Amino acid sequence: MDNREILVDIKNLRTFFYTEDGVVPAVDGIDLTIHRGEVVGLVGESGCGKSVTALSIIRLIPNPPGKVIGGEIFFHGEDLLKKNEEAMRMIRGDKISMIFQEPMTSLNPVYTIGNQISEAITLHQKIDDTEAKKRTIEMLHLVGIPEPERRFSQYPHEMSGGMRQRVMIAMALSSNPELLISDEATTALDVTIQAQILDLMRGLQKKLGMAILIITHNLAVVAEMAETISIAYAGKIVESASAREIFKSPRHPYTYGLLQSIPKFTEKKTNEPLPAIEGMVPSPYHMPKGCRFNPRCPFATEKCREEEPEILELTPGHLVRCFHPIES
Amino acid sequence: MATRLVEVQQLKKWFPIKGGVFAKTVASVKAVDEVSFFIDQGETLSLVGESGSGKTTAGRTMLKLLQPTGGKIIYKGKDITHLTPNQMRPLRRNMQIMFQDPYGSLNPRMPVGDIIQEPLDVHGIGTRKERKQAVATMMETVGLRPEYEKRYPHEFSGGQRQRIGVARALIINPELLVLDEPISALDVSIQSQIINLLQELQQRLSLTYLFIAHDLAVVRHMSDRVAVMYLGKIVETADNDELFDHPLHPYTQALLSAVPVPDPEVKRERIILQGDVPSPVNPPSGCHFRTRCPYAMPICKEQEPLVIEAAPGHTVACHLLTQK
Repeated sequence: MDNREILVDIKNLRTFFYTEDGVVPAVDGIDLTIHRGEVVGLVGESGCGKSVTALSIIRLIPNPPGKVIGGEIFFHGEDLLKKNEEAMRMIRGDKISMIFQEPMTSLNPVYTIGNQISEAITLHQKIDDTEAKKRTIEMLHLVGIPEPERRFSQYPHEMSGGMRQRVMIAMALSSNPELLISDEATTALDVTIQAQILDLMRGLQKKLGMAILIITHNLAVVAEMAETISIAYAGKIVESASAREIFKSPRHPYTYGLLQSIPKFTEKKTNEPLPAIEGMVPSPYHMPKGCRFNPRCPFATEKCREEEPEILELTPGHLVRCFHPIES
Repeated sequence: MATRLVEVQQLKKWFPIKGGVFAKTVASVKAVDEVSFFIDQGETLSLVGESGSGKTTAGRTMLKLLQPTGGKIIYKGKDITHLTPNQMRPLRRNMQIMFQDPYGSLNPRMPVGDIIQEPLDVHGIGTRKERKQAVATMMETVGLRPEYEKRYPHEFSGGQRQRIGVARALIINPELLVLDEPISALDVSIQSQIINLLQELQQRLSLTYLFIAHDLAVVRHMSDRVAVMYLGKIVETADNDELFDHPLHPYTQALLSAVPVPDPEVKRERIILQGDVPSPVNPPSGCHFRTRCPYAMPICKEQEPLVIEAAPGHTVACHLLTQK
């Protein structure tokens, strides 16, 4: 069991979007615990609610149409959902930072990158411009950007995708946050650049000791990075355990199916079809009754079609939302 | 002996960059620069590489969707490099392409039945009734319900749209299909469905695939042979197992080692490449990879490495293998 202090504790988070076409229960009962200095992976396909969870934590859900309608998000024991905008602004970008998938759209194209990082620094720290510049160059150096002095006065378009993502990380880490949220931060990058960025994040995590919430659809990325993993499906966490447990003995049929269906890079070519999960992710406007995975689940019974399963701790630290979990 | 279906030799595709008042060509993007490969009947050749490596351009130039700047394209023993669009038309039936983007590649104002039928109309195949019948059969083949033929693309999910793309490509019975990142835009649980469909169809219809991809796990699963591209050049080509088990080019080695593995207990030796891919407008002299290569030697700057056959069917372009 983890003896570290609990940093973030999300309890039964529910974030809905009220659109013209109906209500979208994007996040509908997500629980997540992040300890101090822990790397947690939140994995799921598009529409599972993983990004909405992240935006709910930093309270950046566009309202309207979105609204957090229930649950609690404790950060250091205080509920972030009860804080006013002023107080949130002091936390956002300071104690909690976030990096996104699109480094091009997250950076302002008309300011130099030095300018943008210094701004983030002076916003949260009482230091003058010369000091801020010094700190910015330090940060650029830390994230492995060559010639940081020259890069300081460059614009985002003058940099490659990998460099921009490093700039985003430099900016996110400039305030020495306690939690870094990475939302598909390496998805748009090439494999060799992804390896660089993951390596960088791993190194900085060890050095600075912040907790990281890695949000991704890529199981291989969390296998390499995360200590604990939660799997989300259609707005709910369906399984949560240590990385080892998730990959060695997945108990939820969705997790199991997902792991089975991905081609293995280390295995020789066969002409066997991959064990695919049939069907597709349900439309958020028409969530199936009962367990949300039941239309695609090979083990679904009448009960699964009628009742919704609770998430239960099957073995210490291993939580599963299923009436018929797979034997370990 | 396998029959060679298509072969490209020293294929070049340069895109001019215009500048100045008279829009003179000031430089060229050497997207594909003297690339050679072949594909045998019924096999899958994968073209892998990172963005900007020229893999998509190579695939499109091979189909003559782009006119090559230099080199030769030989289809079934016939040089098709300089054929006019009119002369190409009868050949087009045999070669089709399927695109990455399931949203942008289907006309949003056409019902899917018409989209799938269009190649038959273009090539004037069959009577009206036969075409309708062919569409219904093809929709079933790719796992779509024929009664959906009146629906529009927006009514389908990403995975279903890729099935429409497959149906459109296969309706005129091509021999060769270029698959340009056909599953990259799909969700994980849908990817395996499309992979299975493509493999099943290949066996059933004895298709030949050029599979363009960057996901190496999928490439390992799908390919018979693999060619690795870097900055417009093919640096290594080999049989699937040979390439993954004994990569010889330093770039291939780094690329393979960079792939994350979905198993937390596997700890792999990782080669982290420094820096980014240089611009294809102004690639490094000599070997294009030398600026990021951990083993670069003086000769790599001066001479472009020749392609040598290191083992039967395993070709590499690297000075490390010739200098010893």
